[in-house]
Amino acid sequence: MKRRTLLATAPILGPALAPAIVSFRSLAAAPSDLLNASYSATVELFRAYNALFEESWRAKTGTPVTIHDSNGGSGAEARAVIEGLPADVVTLALAFDVDEIARAGLIAPDWRSRLPDGGVPFTSTIVFLVRQGNPKEIRDWPDLVRPGVQVVTPNPKTSGGARYNILAAYAWALKANGGDAEKARAYLGALLRHVPVLDASARNATLSFVQRGLGDVLIAWESEALLAIAEAGKKRFELVMPSLSIRAEPPVAVVDKVVDRRGTRALAEAYLGTLYGPEAQELIANNYYRPRLAAVARKYAARFKPVPMVSVDEAFGGWDAAQKMFFADGGIFDQASVQSQ
Amino acid sequence: MAADAAAALAAGPMGARLRAPVRTRGARRVLIFVAFAFVTVFLVLPLGVIFAEAFSLGARAYVAALADPDVRAALWLTAGIALAAVPLNTVFGLIASWCLARFRFRGRGAIVTLTELPLSISPVVAGLLLVLLFGRGGLLGAFLEAHGIHIIFAVPGMALATIFVTVPYVARELIPLVEAQGSEEEEAAITLGASGWQTFFRVSLPKLRWGLLYGVLLCNARAIGEFGAVSVVSGAVPGQTNTLPLEIQALYDGYRVQGAFAAASLLAGLAIVTLLLKAALEWRHRDELSAARRARAE
Repeated sequence: MKRRTLLATAPILGPALAPAIVSFRSLAAAPSDLLNASYSATVELFRAYNALFEESWRAKTGTPVTIHDSNGGSGAEARAVIEGLPADVVTLALAFDVDEIARAGLIAPDWRSRLPDGGVPFTSTIVFLVRQGNPKEIRDWPDLVRPGVQVVTPNPKTSGGARYNILAAYAWALKANGGDAEKARAYLGALLRHVPVLDASARNATLSFVQRGLGDVLIAWESEALLAIAEAGKKRFELVMPSLSIRAEPPVAVVDKVVDRRGTRALAEAYLGTLYGPEAQELIANNYYRPRLAAVARKYAARFKPVPMVSVDEAFGGWDAAQKMFFADGGIFDQASVQSQ
Repeated sequence: MAADAAAALAAGPMGARLRAPVRTRGARRVLIFVAFAFVTVFLVLPLGVIFAEAFSLGARAYVAALADPDVRAALWLTAGIALAAVPLNTVFGLIASWCLARFRFRGRGAIVTLTELPLSISPVVAGLLLVLLFGRGGLLGAFLEAHGIHIIFAVPGMALATIFVTVPYVARELIPLVEAQGSEEEEAAITLGASGWQTFFRVSLPKLRWGLLYGVLLCNARAIGEFGAVSVVSGAVPGQTNTLPLEIQALYDGYRVQGAFAAASLLAGLAIVTLLLKAALEWRHRDELSAARRARAE
C-alpha cells in the first residue's frame, strides 16, 4: 500500500522536480557567466572569440567565466531581448535592431557613442557568390537581371542582414541611373523577379545556394560568402565584387537593464571592449569579417579586396529612414515585390 | 489477363461472378505496390538518409558528434522536458477521462473540446501565446520581472510549451475507453469493501493500462520531437536552452551537417523504439481483447 501511494505521487513530483533540476545549473552559475545574443551569421566568429575572451579574462582577473551565445536572426534576437531574454550584450546585424531594444528601454539611447567606431568593431560588405568558373558571367549588378539568371537572396523582412543586399542593389541602381529613383525602383523589381525563393535567414539562403544547388548567384555578406567557400572545399565557388557595394556595419552593445540587474556590467564592457584589441581583430579577420585595426587590415589585405562602398548613414540617412522607406509595409521593397509578380 | 477475361466471358452467366475477383486481384496488387512504394519513398528512404549522413565520416566521427557537450546537454534537456510533460499529462488524462465519463456537469463538452485544442492550433501560435502571457511586455511580464522569475526564453517556458502541445494525447486515448467500460466493476469493488485507491489501482487502472500506455507513448514521442512551440520560447543558447530538435537545426545552420544528422539519428532511433513498443503493445492488446471475447463467450 505504502509503495503504491509513493508510486502515485511520482507523476506529480516528477514534473515539479524536472525543470528545477534542469535549471539549477544555470542559476548556480549566475554572475560569472555572460549571455551574448548574437546574429546567426556570427556563430563561428563568436564561438572562437568566446574561447579567447574566457582565457584572457581568467589570465587578467584570476576568475573563470563562461560565455554563452544565443543564436538567431538579428531581428529575432532583438525581439527575444525585448521580451525578456536575459542577454548581457547583443551583437546584431544592423543598428536598427539595437535601436529597437533601446526604444524598449533596455539599452541607453547613446549606445553608439560608448564604444569606438560607433559600436561597430568590424565590418563587411555585400558581394556575389557564383559557381566555379562563373558560367553565367556575373560581373556586376546588371548581370543579375539578365534572362535565365537565378538570384538567391534572403527575405529582408525577416533577415536583417539581407536588408543590406537590397540597399546595395538600390544604391548601385540609383547611381547607374543618374539618381533617378523611379528607375532604381524598377531595377529592384526586375531583380526580385529573378529570385526563385526568399529564404527566411541569410544562412538559409547560403545553404540553399551551396548545399541545395539553387540559383546561379548568391547575394551575401562577404563574410558569409568567404565562409561558404571555405566550408565547401576547394574550387566550387568564386567571389565576385560588384562595382558598387554597401558597408555592412554589425553593431555591438551592452544591455544596460540586464547588466545592472545581474551585476555584470564590468564583465560585459570588457567582453565588447576586447573585440577592438589586436588579438580579437586578428580572429575577426580569420573569420572573414573586415577588421577595424589598420595593422591587421594590412596583413589581410589580400583577403578583403577593395570595393567602392556607400554607407547606410550617407546614402540613406541612417537605419530609421532606410527602414521606413524600404522595409516598412508598403515601402519600396513591397512595391518592388508586387511589381515582380 | 486477356485470356482470363475471355474465358470468364465464355463461361457465361456463371463466369460473370468470377470476373470481379480477377479484376480485384489486379487492383489489389497495384494498391499494395503503391502502398509499399509510398512507404519506401516517404518513410524508409529519409530514415536511411539520416543514418547514412550520420555515419558519412565514419563511426568515430559519429561518436564524437554525439559526445559534443552541446548535443549531450540537448539530449538531457529533451529528456527533462519530457519528464515534466508526460507524467503531468498522464495524471491530467486520467483525471479528465474519469470526470468526463463518470459525471455529468455543465461545461463537460467544453472540456472535451478544449482538450483537443492543441491539436488544431499551430505550435508556433502556442509559443507566441506563452510569450504574450509571460514575456516582458506580456500580461504577467511586470510581475515576473519584479520577482526575477524567468519563464520565456528559459527552460520553464519550453516545458510549458511542450506540456501545452502534448495535452491531448493521453486524454484522447482514455476518454472513449473509460466511457465504453462503464462503472459496474468499480461499484462491485467498493461494495466489497475496497478503498478508493485500491479500486483505482486494482480495478480501474488494469482495465485502462494498454490504452494508457499507448497514450503515454504518443505523448512522449511528441514531447521529444516538438520543434515549433519550443523554438519560439527557447533562448536558443546551445548547451542551455536547445532541445535536440533545436540543436539539430543549429548544427545544420552551422555547416556541421554530419553532426546534425548524428543528433537526428538519436531522435530517429527514439522514434523507431517508440514505434516498436507501440506495435508490441498493439499485439498484446489484441491477445487480451480476444481472450476477453472468449471468456465472454464461454
